Amino acid sequence: MPTLSRDALAAATDSAHGFGIRIEGVEQDFGSYPALRDVSLDIAPGELVALLGPSGSGKTTLLRVIAGLNTPDRGAVYFGDEHATNLSVQERRVGFVFQNYALFKHMTVADNIAFGLKARPRRSRPSRVAIYQRVTELLELVQLEGLGERYPAQLSGGQRQRVALARALAIEPRVLLLDEPFGALDARVRKDLRRWLREIHKKTGLTTVFVTHDQDEAMELADRVVVLNQGRIEQVGPPEELYDHPASPFVISFVGEAVALPVKVVDGHVEFGGRELHVDTHGLRDGAARVFFRPADIAIGGQGVGDLEGRVESLRRTAGGVRATIAIDGYDQTLEIDSALSSGAKLGGRIPLSFSNARIFPSDPISDSEFKEAGDGI
Amino acid sequence: MSHIAPIERTGPGPGTLGLKKPWRFTAPTVLPGFSLTFGYTLVYLSLIVLFPLSVLVWRASGLGFGGLYAVATEPRVAAGLRTTFSISLAAAAIDVVFGLIVAWVLTRYEFPGRRFLDAVVDLPFALPTAVAGISLASLYAPNGLFGAPLAALGIKVAFTRLGILVALIFVGLPFIVRTVQPIIGELEVELEEASATLGATRAQTVWRVLLPPLAPALLTGFAMAFARAVGEYGSVIFIAGNIAYVSEIAPLLIVVKLEQYDYAGATGIATIMLAISFGALLAINLIQAWSRRRFGHV
Amino acid sequence: MSEATPARSHTNVRTEAPATRLTLILVAVVFLALFLLAPLGVVFTQALQKGFGAFAKALADDDAVAAIKLTLLVAAIAVPVNLLFGLAASWSIAKFSFPGKSLLITLIDLPFSVSPVVSGLVYVLVFGSQGVFGDWLAAHDIEIIFAVPGIVLATIFVTFPFIARELIPLMQEQGTVEEEAALTLGASGFHTFVAVTLPNIKWGLLYGLLLCNARAMGEFGAVSVVSGHIRGLTNTIPLQVEILYNEYNSVAAFALAALLASLALVTLGLKTFLEWRHADALTGRARRRH
Repeated sequence: MPTLSRDALAAATDSAHGFGIRIEGVEQDFGSYPALRDVSLDIAPGELVALLGPSGSGKTTLLRVIAGLNTPDRGAVYFGDEHATNLSVQERRVGFVFQNYALFKHMTVADNIAFGLKARPRRSRPSRVAIYQRVTELLELVQLEGLGERYPAQLSGGQRQRVALARALAIEPRVLLLDEPFGALDARVRKDLRRWLREIHKKTGLTTVFVTHDQDEAMELADRVVVLNQGRIEQVGPPEELYDHPASPFVISFVGEAVALPVKVVDGHVEFGGRELHVDTHGLRDGAARVFFRPADIAIGGQGVGDLEGRVESLRRTAGGVRATIAIDGYDQTLEIDSALSSGAKLGGRIPLSFSNARIFPSDPISDSEFKEAGDGI
Repeated sequence: MSHIAPIERTGPGPGTLGLKKPWRFTAPTVLPGFSLTFGYTLVYLSLIVLFPLSVLVWRASGLGFGGLYAVATEPRVAAGLRTTFSISLAAAAIDVVFGLIVAWVLTRYEFPGRRFLDAVVDLPFALPTAVAGISLASLYAPNGLFGAPLAALGIKVAFTRLGILVALIFVGLPFIVRTVQPIIGELEVELEEASATLGATRAQTVWRVLLPPLAPALLTGFAMAFARAVGEYGSVIFIAGNIAYVSEIAPLLIVVKLEQYDYAGATGIATIMLAISFGALLAINLIQAWSRRRFGHV
Repeated sequence: MSEATPARSHTNVRTEAPATRLTLILVAVVFLALFLLAPLGVVFTQALQKGFGAFAKALADDDAVAAIKLTLLVAAIAVPVNLLFGLAASWSIAKFSFPGKSLLITLIDLPFSVSPVVSGLVYVLVFGSQGVFGDWLAAHDIEIIFAVPGIVLATIFVTFPFIARELIPLMQEQGTVEEEAALTLGASGFHTFVAVTLPNIKWGLLYGLLLCNARAMGEFGAVSVVSGHIRGLTNTIPLQVEILYNEYNSVAAFALAALLASLALVTLGLKTFLEWRHADALTGRARRRH
């Protein structure tokens, strides 16, 4: 996509100097079902943050609480230093982009964008000329010049998305909130819009929070990712931290693929199928546990923290080597491992394996079931 | 009707070697029974509906434009047509206001008895017009349940034009409610939320975001209620009092003409009423076509 | 993968202030009570104003019994005839594609947009003494207008679209895949219709039948024009109601009216039940019905 006009951006971000968002101990129940449980989060001014989680994790609820569309049962929301919990939606001045855009079908694109300005009380309403100028600038910003007189029904999905964004930016929002912004678009358009959203964020400097269930999207776009599960924050951090130092079994399996070996901790040693794995237990108590590592971190032969044995179930030639499907002893799923031609893997043969970057978490029945659900949601 | 047989014979018939596609009435399908059911539909429709209606049109064309004009300008007929159209318009307009409120309340709010009220809305569809007629007449008669207190206030309803209005409001209401209700139900929740996040007050949201998409449905309902009111007979004649030049409706005048064996007069009035009904029907179709084009849905 | 958002009782963005809400509910309730419920209630209170004995006596009157019998006869002819038409029309329109389909649907709808009085009139113009076939009918001593055949014809006309209108959109929605599957499995066309199509449309069909029947038994305007109002012979229930009412025989008029009102209540009750239990098997609730 072509680069954005500087003037248009300047106009779009007049008063948007980035408000930070602080969320303190927010809880919300829907009937007996807790949607948010003690959620606290600090978002710095100008930051681009993703709320990532499976369906029902509370990510959209949290976004709606920030917008004021949901009133939490407990806890507080601050915009900058202003206590915003009791501000109505109208008073909060948030730019909210809905998952299905929620464009007003009976209004032209221009009228949609102008809606928030025209809705202001007379004394703070810009003049007709000013509104017209602003709409023109925003159309330019979202690269829909000349489409102002069209109706939403006459636009493509990607164009509607951009109208929704322009409409949200028109009110000079203090923060920009997007609910599954690319959920309804096909893969190609998605990729383009991602890049474009990042560009807009960089230039407007608006504090931006978006909800997604797609970990690639979160990792590619966000400065920091908030992983939610069952109404709780599992981990907050930049993408590389989530990859390299996942804080919970849920995070490690939701963010990227993971192998989870059921192990036993005995006297600080980790046992798996009668072997010892050289994984640092960080003082884990004795009992059942799980060792997680990424499929990319396992290799045939070699030296790693742990060593396993498996059987080669199938073998295929690839350009640079072989791809082996391996059944690890004591583990109920097979793994695909790419390896060099010289690795010595033979169909049906037994083979030594080693892995690195492993993490160990105690396996209590509750978190195990959560982990399973999360796995299903990917 | 063998020439419109939908099923292609198997085997290479004459001329099916890809040289020329034989013209067919229906798109190809394996389902049987088209000729039979389609033929029956056409024959039955022609006999029961099209032929009798065309006789009316034929009789009217015998009158000629001058004849129709003469019938329409006959003072008693002209008064009747005016009464019918003006009160039908007023009733349909009142139904739009209250029908919208009823539809909104039934769709948007939870309250005890909602389901019951929802079922009650269809009453004018289900209750025979003569039954509605006599019961409205006795309700609003000077000694009736509503008529007595209204008479005390100096308002006379039964046997006046006001009575006609009451009856036509009764028959027209469900058209508005049932046309608007599903559209209210389909309004996306997010539209209201989007409007609120953009700073609009609730009143602004209702006026600018929620009501405009309902306008085509309201207009359609209005046209339906109006068309129905123009032709309504049974529920009106009992309460109207049928005073010539005051509270006689057009359909009643057809009956009067028939009783006088004035077939030409009856045909003339009927033709004018049909023209109005079809005008309303056409308007409905135009509204829906416009709304589909504009908003991508009805 | 949108999040299933549960009821948002916490937000007030999407509804009016409680006072506004209460006012609107009150307006709706009062309006419906005054304009719809009161007339219904009056029918029964008037019918029973002189006690149940007078009510029963009015129904047992010879002319009343004759009117009831005639009404049942008319419905017993008109409803099956229109059922057959509705099935044929919906099958050919919904399961096949051909040019002029929407015109055909509009034509089927015609009787809905014609005043009942005009519906009666067109039959008078065809079969009446001055009508198209008037002389021929007189020569052969056949009575249609001011006789039972005229009443039946007028009733068929006004109830003509009900069943077809109910079935066409329903069948269109269901497409032809199941029928095609049945045919590939070797079922005959008729067997396919009975075993596959009919079960899919049964609730819509029942609904259409109910509406058709209620209208057939309650039709007043069209029947009034062609009937001739001969007591005991060509008076249906609604016509008998009119005569009794005009004679100031209020109890008898409302007794017969109560009979029709009960039929309307049963129809509404069944409709509500069907919509509640089989909402997915009915379609297009907003279409116009007369």
